[in-house]
Amino acid sequence: MGRYLLRRLLQLVPVFIGTTFLIYALVWAVPGDPFAGKCGERRCPDQYIAFMTEKYHLDQNVFVQYANYMKNLLQGDFGTTFSQREISDIILTSYPNTLKLALVALAIEAVIGLGAGVLTGLRRNGFLDNLVLVSTLFLIALPVFVVGFVLQWLLGVQWGIIKPTVSSEMRLSELIVPGFVLGSASVAYIARVARTSIAENRRADYVRTAIAKGLPMRRVVGVHLLRNSLIPVVTLLGTDLGALMGGAIVTEGIFGINGIGRQVFRAIVTKESATVVGIVVVLVLVYLVMNLLVDLLYAALDPRIRYE
Amino acid sequence: MRVSKRATSAIALSAAAALVASGCSSGDGDGNAAASKDGAIVIHGVQPENPLVPSNTTETGGGKVIDWLFTGLVEYPNDGGAPRNALAESIDSKDSKVFTIKIKKGTKFHDGTEVKAKNFIDAWNWAAYSPNGAQNGTFFSDIAGFDKTYTEDPDGADGPQKAPPPTAKELSGLKVIDEQTFEVTLAAPTAVFPTKLGYSAFMPLPDAFFTMKPEEFGKKPIGNGPVKFVSWEDNVLIKLTRFDDYNLRDKMKIKDVDVKLYQDETAAYNDLLANNLDFMETVPTSALAGDKWKTDLGDRGLSTTTPSTALIAFPIYDKRFQNPKLRRAVSLSINRQEISDKIFFGTRKPADSWANPLTPGAKPGNCTACKFDPTTAKQLLTEAGGFTGEMVFYYNADSSHKDWMDAVAQQVKTNLGIEARAEGVPTFAVFRQNINAHKMTGPYRAAWQQDYPDVENWVNPLYVKGGSSNDGLYSNPQVDALAKQASAAPSLEASHEAFSKAVELVDQDVPSIPIYFYGQQSGHSEKIKKLELNNVGELDITSVEL
Repeated sequence: MGRYLLRRLLQLVPVFIGTTFLIYALVWAVPGDPFAGKCGERRCPDQYIAFMTEKYHLDQNVFVQYANYMKNLLQGDFGTTFSQREISDIILTSYPNTLKLALVALAIEAVIGLGAGVLTGLRRNGFLDNLVLVSTLFLIALPVFVVGFVLQWLLGVQWGIIKPTVSSEMRLSELIVPGFVLGSASVAYIARVARTSIAENRRADYVRTAIAKGLPMRRVVGVHLLRNSLIPVVTLLGTDLGALMGGAIVTEGIFGINGIGRQVFRAIVTKESATVVGIVVVLVLVYLVMNLLVDLLYAALDPRIRYE
Repeated sequence: MRVSKRATSAIALSAAAALVASGCSSGDGDGNAAASKDGAIVIHGVQPENPLVPSNTTETGGGKVIDWLFTGLVEYPNDGGAPRNALAESIDSKDSKVFTIKIKKGTKFHDGTEVKAKNFIDAWNWAAYSPNGAQNGTFFSDIAGFDKTYTEDPDGADGPQKAPPPTAKELSGLKVIDEQTFEVTLAAPTAVFPTKLGYSAFMPLPDAFFTMKPEEFGKKPIGNGPVKFVSWEDNVLIKLTRFDDYNLRDKMKIKDVDVKLYQDETAAYNDLLANNLDFMETVPTSALAGDKWKTDLGDRGLSTTTPSTALIAFPIYDKRFQNPKLRRAVSLSINRQEISDKIFFGTRKPADSWANPLTPGAKPGNCTACKFDPTTAKQLLTEAGGFTGEMVFYYNADSSHKDWMDAVAQQVKTNLGIEARAEGVPTFAVFRQNINAHKMTGPYRAAWQQDYPDVENWVNPLYVKGGSSNDGLYSNPQVDALAKQASAAPSLEASHEAFSKAVELVDQDVPSIPIYFYGQQSGHSEKIKKLELNNVGELDITSVEL
């Protein structure tokens, strides 16, 4: 177990270097001069461009730029944006917001998705099963921005139940609707995966044995059936956190949440490699750590799985 | 010029005398002074691109906040009329070359220090010193000694050579006379110079600015205007509050102003509908279709025209576009009324003059090339020898220009029989890069918003050789000579007269095609009982009553 963990952690190093360089190079290759559109319909004064070019070493080739960036990063300096804002500040203010939103979405996914999955998996082909099947199909088919705009307009503008946008305090109660919007498609997937997994294990020998020896149904489902059926669901939930954080840009935009999506988008358009890499590096770490956690959870859920 | 952050999608601008002079006040008439006194409002904004330093701000997100935080020597009345003194007691000149500027006594910066003549001179010297890299640095080029403090890069910013270091640190044309008086000597007579002084580049800076890094100052700016800065949470909120020691004309009637920084216009619009937002300067384009915004907002909506113009510019450096007859033919084949009605639902007005008619000194209706006359157009095209190949109209696709550019191309195709089509360039940055590098291969969209209200600003930057936005490289020595003479005229009246002659020549050459004048549709909450928009269509926060 210890060796396994160490090996996995060491694997993070090359992945880290590889992704940061790839992203840095990709943003560097985005067409457009960062200062061409900055002064509107007239070109920026040459002096301004020269000043910025020198300050951000934009006249160097991409390898030198990347090496410079990594050197500073290892000393804890994320650099500054072209607007001379500390990138570490941007990361510190926008990450918690996106993380909060993603966690709310994840919780909603887990509760609704798993609940629907268990109910339908136990009573297949009933009315409820068909209802869930159709409604999840509906959710999968709808793009996030449609769900978002419709809910914002209905609940926020028409009925006045919620405020149309989230305030800067990011209260939990305000995040329920945005969280549902962000997690809506995944709710459907979780429900379906859970349903299949439950339905399959329902016919397994150990379940039949448990029922035969007279265990109450709640214990059969809650302990034996659910625990064994959770593996695919946990995989989905675990990797989904990263996907939710990276994919929150649309939801963040609709509900006016200051998250990482908007920062990355702005930085890509203005060719601020340092900002994009800074934010994505943390996102990459989230993915890697979540993957590791999921792998470790397998062992906890299924004693047959062991890591050497 | 300031440009909307959303890549000039909706440039929000100034206001017609007739339309805005009435104050655009809507709702139940006058506000309640007692309710207003401690009142607070939340208004729409976008994250400023740069730290808030006046001479380094060229976009509307930060520009608006700068305008509220600072008061300049002159101010532009909300009705769009001629500028009047604000912080200046008097601005005197006999020859439009040497100006003696006296400022009012006893006004303060937000840190409590007094505003003195020195604060102007230091601020201007800082911006005009090229190694400081201020975006608005060239605004000081009128002042004597600018060529010594601001050196040009011999081979442009992209070339290997660097600009030589300036030989002087300060503009020789600026001189302090006493604490409240200073003298400005220009390199050449410039009648419009006092008008320019209301632009944000010319704001005074407190002594504190020179003791810290500009970007640090810009995160907590200290101004001298009716409101002072409280806090700025990036991408979320800028908090402003009334400056109680303010003693000029435009005092605040309410107390707190929160500028909520949105990334999405629709989110802001929904907040406005739910009365969760008190003012939005420009409703999203999606709400204009079928006059949806009128139904949504009722008497909370207001509509104004603004002095900015959408143009299509010709790359005159391209041989195919060097014949004025061809350019005129293209212009005459465009039905501007139809574009205004069908695509903009009447929220934009068809252009019929070169300078926006809301600008002082502009002559309405002086664009003879702006008529719709397909017969003459065809004839001119024949005289010009036709057009071979494809005529591609370019626009930046990251903002809503596709519809009207498609319509223009279609009309040119139908009325002239030229193979015309419109093509989007992915981003404003790439679009501007090609324009700056003079690499456009077809006519392209442009927009012009005045920096200061005078017709000079619609001629010199656009149609004079070497002008800052003469991107098509149009050059007519006669226009240059007339514009030079007009700029140096002893009075504004004489200057306007001479500019109108220059414009007549421009009208013959058609270096670009004015298409429409911008309009602005704004909305406010039920809470606001009275408000006015300033000369560029921004909210005049000092007019707000609850």
